Amino acid sequence: MAKKTTGRSRSGVDSAGSGALATTDDRRPAALDWDYAPAPESAAIGRIRERYQMFSGGKFLEGNGPDLVSINPATEQSLATVSTASTGDVDDAVRAARSAYDRVWSTMSGAERGKYLFRIARGIAERARELAVVETLDNGKPIKESRDVDVPTASAHFFYHAGWADKLEHAGFGPRPRPLGVAGQVIPWNFPLLMAAWKIAPALAAGNTVVIKPAETTPLSILVLAEIIADADLPPGVVNILPGAGDIGAHLVTHPALDKVAFTGSTEVGRQIQRSLAGTGRKLTLELGGKAANIIFDDAPIDQAVEGIVNGIFFNQGHVCCAGSRLLVQESVAEEVIDKLTERISTLRLGDPMDKNTDIGAINSAAQLATITSLAQSGEDEGAQRWTAACPIPDHGYFFPPTVFTDVSQSMRIAREEIFGPVLSVLTFRTPDEAVAKANNTPYGLSAGVWTEKGSRILGMANALRAGVVWANTFNRFDPAAAFGGYKESGFGREGGRSGLAAYLDTDEGAA
Amino acid sequence: MARQTPAPRAATPRRTAAQTVDARVTVAKTYKLYVGGAFPRSESGRTYQVVDHRGRFAANAAQGSRKDARDAVSAARKGFGSWSKATAYNRGQVIYRIAEMLEGRRAQFVDLLTSVEGATSRRATASVDAAIDRLVHFAGWTDKLAAVYGGANPVAGPFFSFSTPEPTGVVASVAPQRDSLLGLVSVIAPAITSGNAVVVVASTERPLPALTLAEVLATSDLPDGVVNVLTGDPAEIMPHLAAHGDVNALDLTGADDELRASLAEAAAGTVKRVFVPSGTDFAGPPGTARMRAFLETKTVWHPTGSVSLAGGSGY
Repeated sequence: MAKKTTGRSRSGVDSAGSGALATTDDRRPAALDWDYAPAPESAAIGRIRERYQMFSGGKFLEGNGPDLVSINPATEQSLATVSTASTGDVDDAVRAARSAYDRVWSTMSGAERGKYLFRIARGIAERARELAVVETLDNGKPIKESRDVDVPTASAHFFYHAGWADKLEHAGFGPRPRPLGVAGQVIPWNFPLLMAAWKIAPALAAGNTVVIKPAETTPLSILVLAEIIADADLPPGVVNILPGAGDIGAHLVTHPALDKVAFTGSTEVGRQIQRSLAGTGRKLTLELGGKAANIIFDDAPIDQAVEGIVNGIFFNQGHVCCAGSRLLVQESVAEEVIDKLTERISTLRLGDPMDKNTDIGAINSAAQLATITSLAQSGEDEGAQRWTAACPIPDHGYFFPPTVFTDVSQSMRIAREEIFGPVLSVLTFRTPDEAVAKANNTPYGLSAGVWTEKGSRILGMANALRAGVVWANTFNRFDPAAAFGGYKESGFGREGGRSGLAAYLDTDEGAA
Repeated sequence: MARQTPAPRAATPRRTAAQTVDARVTVAKTYKLYVGGAFPRSESGRTYQVVDHRGRFAANAAQGSRKDARDAVSAARKGFGSWSKATAYNRGQVIYRIAEMLEGRRAQFVDLLTSVEGATSRRATASVDAAIDRLVHFAGWTDKLAAVYGGANPVAGPFFSFSTPEPTGVVASVAPQRDSLLGLVSVIAPAITSGNAVVVVASTERPLPALTLAEVLATSDLPDGVVNVLTGDPAEIMPHLAAHGDVNALDLTGADDELRASLAEAAAGTVKRVFVPSGTDFAGPPGTARMRAFLETKTVWHPTGSVSLAGGSGY
């Protein structure tokens, strides 16, 4: 048996080799062609429909808002038409959520609630490939990321929180933590399905019902999730999904009948929401922008660190609130790190997000592309050195090549503002204290990275950094069991772990 | 034990059916042990007769021996290796899978509990449903244990210190003698939740649900050896497990008082953890005692470097 297998693999190598080694001159083989052949995922697997409806009160309904057309940012072609909610539809959905909370969800045992969440977790896993395709077509992110990160992590979030539903008394918030009631939630376009899972799963596990609005440019995957939720026989009104533009989001989060508001998105919108909810007594959690420092010490494993830098800023085209967008590298290794980094970036494959080999997909929208372009231009204007990977850019679709700025000073816009794109700003430092000072010199505080072989330095830095998540010798790790969220203007409240449950529980027991 | 069971007086209902002219002759199942993911007969070749609630022959069961017990321990040790190293998330999914498979065989278990043990259909159904839900409950514990029972230790010094629960290892259990399914699941599930492997001696007089549950476990992606089911007389088998150097803990739930005392004493030889439950009702909430009984706490220390700006100001 073993022998047979060997034989097969050898003949496989031979046939592949004969193609790669094709020669024009028998005596001198041509250079090996290491280019990747296209490996496109099939769009048909996404079963994209012509029209999608909102999901409210357990039914798929035509909304009374204007239709929106979701486009594929990699081709600029329209993908599907989506019916959106009007403010009246929001009111109806909030009523449905209230009624579901009062009549069914708040009175059901945690064990039974949990079983619904387990069903949804399994449903996502079962339709994983379809969801990955939908996500990539609608969002522009590489299929390998939607397939390996977004969708499995979304399923894991439901699975994890399903287990909490009948164990809330063990979560550390007293013996009888109570749900809050109806939650209004607004999520961004960078991880459409995953953010939906982060919002819906803990809310439901804690016994709340939700009305959630996806981003205008990425409504499709959450509407597939709506099908999974419907197939799981979740009682009507427990989850209501209303596509729409910013005005619908604003109407939702300021709705007086809500008990809880959760928002993930830009710091600017977060501020407006906090302002408008001030004095209402409604609970609020915000997960906003970031400008994370990724700190490389001279004793770091440089090759690993380079991979971590690449992952930190180019994962999801840099459309990541916790992206490692400021590289802080110790002066003595700066040259080596930047050389290796640009060499590594030059090998990244930018292009068709549906190609399984693609590392960098499409920018989600024309508007975002314009923002990135203009901020990158400001870097040049303010005197930073711009390096851009020489990768070909597709003729259609929104793409931005991986870009690195050196000679960046802390006052430049590219060092202060969230670019939310594949643009890295490099700063240097000499001492750990200087690294901390520069890393913390930002109004944001979502995440940070530390690369060093020295354990005590990792832990000392972790103590000193004013950031909600610190990754050491790794970056962009997410797990439902681990809390995620920011310090300072990156928002407040956590998602994941025990702390994440607190966002959806009445935990103060009426204490003064 | 085999000698103590009354001689069969009549055929089981299934065999009675065969006596009518047109009825199909049913295929009776040979019940065997479950060790290392396989279903072997007892190495001793011995069996005993299991009778139903009316005293009629129901099936032959293997009468496990000392050798079977030792085989089960080595299988459990192997199973512990992969199971305890699996991620908590993965363990949760596998235990949830057991619940899925049990749900799929709900009718079979209800039938076993009614026809063999004489439970009413309502009671049997409630019991099987509770067993399924119990598995779901513990599936949700795997990735929460460490957060609930472990954590950072705010020590008075420049150290990062945390304590985390880890599985004890191989647990030898005596299953409840009366509550043959829910009781058994209530013994197995909390132990494997944290990553332990289990050798369980099933109820002597009611072993069939345990052996059928073994079929569920065998098809649930549970690594081989994580759960091993022996049948026979606990008084014969357990002393070998209680004295076995590669068993880390004992769960004496289904042992009578006399056996509990002697096993607890034997356990001292290798300082095994011994769990004796305070209650006997498995229908109520499972609590956390069974899970915590088979945990070790590991505390890790590491110095933290001093960075003078530690804490710092807001911006």
